[in-house]
Amino acid sequence: MSLFSFARIKAVALKEFVQMRRDRTTFAMMVGVPIMQLILFGFAINSDPRHLPTALIDRDHSSFSRSIVAAAENSTFMNITYRPATDVEAESLIREGKVSFIFIIPENFGRDLVRGDRPQLLLVADATDPSASSGAVNSMEKIVQSGLSRDLSGSLSGLAPLPPPVDVVLHKRYNPAGLTQYNIIPGLLGIIIAMTMTMITAVAITREKERGTMENLLAMPIKPFEMMVGKVSPYIIIGYVQTAVFIITAELIFTIPMAGSYAMLIGAVSIYIVVNLLIGFLFSSIAKTQMQALQMTFFLLLPQILLSGFLFPFLGMPKWAQYIGEALPATHFMRLMRGIMLKGADSGDLYASFWPLWVIIFVVSIVAMFRYERTLD
Amino acid sequence: MNDPEMVIDVQGLTKIFGDKTVVDHFDLKVPKGAVYGFLGPNGSGKTTTIRMVCGLLVPNAGSGTALGFDVVKDSSEIKKRVGYMTQKFSLWEDLTIRENLDFVARMYKVENRKKKVDDALEDLGLSARSHQLAGSLSGGWKQRLALAACMLHDPELLLLDEPTAGVDPKARREFWDTIHMLSDRGVTILVSTHYMDEAVQCDYIAYIAYGKKLIDAPSDELVDRVGIHTWRVEGKGLKALSNKLKGIDGVDDVARFGTALHVTGSDKESLKKAIEPYFDDPLLDWKERNPGLEEAFIHLMTGSEDNFQ
Repeated sequence: MSLFSFARIKAVALKEFVQMRRDRTTFAMMVGVPIMQLILFGFAINSDPRHLPTALIDRDHSSFSRSIVAAAENSTFMNITYRPATDVEAESLIREGKVSFIFIIPENFGRDLVRGDRPQLLLVADATDPSASSGAVNSMEKIVQSGLSRDLSGSLSGLAPLPPPVDVVLHKRYNPAGLTQYNIIPGLLGIIIAMTMTMITAVAITREKERGTMENLLAMPIKPFEMMVGKVSPYIIIGYVQTAVFIITAELIFTIPMAGSYAMLIGAVSIYIVVNLLIGFLFSSIAKTQMQALQMTFFLLLPQILLSGFLFPFLGMPKWAQYIGEALPATHFMRLMRGIMLKGADSGDLYASFWPLWVIIFVVSIVAMFRYERTLD
Repeated sequence: MNDPEMVIDVQGLTKIFGDKTVVDHFDLKVPKGAVYGFLGPNGSGKTTTIRMVCGLLVPNAGSGTALGFDVVKDSSEIKKRVGYMTQKFSLWEDLTIRENLDFVARMYKVENRKKKVDDALEDLGLSARSHQLAGSLSGGWKQRLALAACMLHDPELLLLDEPTAGVDPKARREFWDTIHMLSDRGVTILVSTHYMDEAVQCDYIAYIAYGKKLIDAPSDELVDRVGIHTWRVEGKGLKALSNKLKGIDGVDDVARFGTALHVTGSDKESLKKAIEPYFDDPLLDWKERNPGLEEAFIHLMTGSEDNFQ
């Protein structure tokens, strides 16, 4: 008597292969997920970000300030994307998250430099993401030195040696201690909601399909819109419960500051919950089984974690990855959460992150209602 | 112009899945208050036809009305007025009996919902068990619950897709009593089934095979229209006889019924000629009899071409 039968092992293996081949979606995911991970981890993600957008205020307009600006632009560290006229304008750029740095060259910088007064250069960094701002001072000093090395030659070369002729002052805004949890915790709510809300509605319709109750529902006089709202609305409450637990934990255990208003936070969370529930509904109208619906949820979750600025600095990613990121609801929610909780941003600052969510709601519900099958065809 | 007396009046309904024509140019007229039986083997297109009538499937071709509404354009109006009982139990097993009925009543915006549901539970005899999960019911009870659920909104037309499949004979008989009671009240019923004994209870019978309607007649005229003749033979050595008779010219079908064989043919004379040599066998007792539905259908089946192979 043998311990086991190769024939039976072969039978089971063959059956699995046949079933795997029939389930095209699963097969596509098996191949698609690793490719996506390779591309995202390999190309898009950069934990040592470069070319961060910077707002420049040059109040000096001397040959020295121009040299420093030129050196800054030539460096891989920052890209000067805005030249605001006023401090107020610059502040709003950093609050909206359009720039990572404000670089200010004060008046009489050139004169003071020549006098050897060690004039200050001010670099304001958005420290909500500590990994983006950490290298700032170091890089800045190098930029200044390389920028001035030519100007401070010849008769003025005596001014070149150490200590550095310029004092770079760094202001870390919003998260002066550079705590990682200040960055992670507000964003984490976005990931939690994206994962649970999408998943819960993604299986809601496919479950009806799998159990055969869908035929009964379809035979009833219910409109797709009624079905969508009815299916989605109970889970909004679950989303609020998650949010409440999150806020309490964030405040009491992680002591994340709450710079903005709770009303704004609840507004942002509400829209975001609805976005994710609708995406889940869309998935469930496409998927044939609960398994497929779950796979779709995870397929979307991966870029939401990697490209939304949740783990890695958004502005440090290559442009193509940023474009993909802009299409993801989590990206906008990260900005809203960090804007409200850490920066105390007002509705004017956050408008740029609110409207994309509304667009996503609109597009997803139209597609979902169109995709929702009223018949068994 | 459609006949206003007809609750279902469709012509040329055709449904194609992939390269298979599942229902092929199907015409159907069902008068008000009739019990209309759909007979046919598995995969013959009964379910697909019913689904097209109630708007669950869009026909590839054909047109017509159900309850005066266009089956293609006005399916939402049809859905409001039709009770559809699916072949597989399709109520929610994780809801209680009452919750299921309550949900269905809400979907159809039934007035006096609470009373309606209470009455339905009372009629079912499930009042005491109304808080039991529907999934825990036996097959017969599930089927009764499903019928009650699709009757809650007082539909004018009931579409029942193999409602008695897998149900014990007693429950089947009770089920048919209910059907006749509803029919007396003026509800039109289209019911599909495998069972010949159920078919005879219908006012009209349509026999479907391979997506095509083979015959459609009032049930008492159907056998005559098919035009077959049957001899019944009892005695010893029936198995051997059956093997001998099968395939002989004039004999279309030999089937066992209890202790007897039914030998059927479409031509009276050639059938007699084929079996005459065995008349003298002392062990066999031959009688001519009126052919039944079963013989009629088997005759139709053997005559129809299998386009599914």
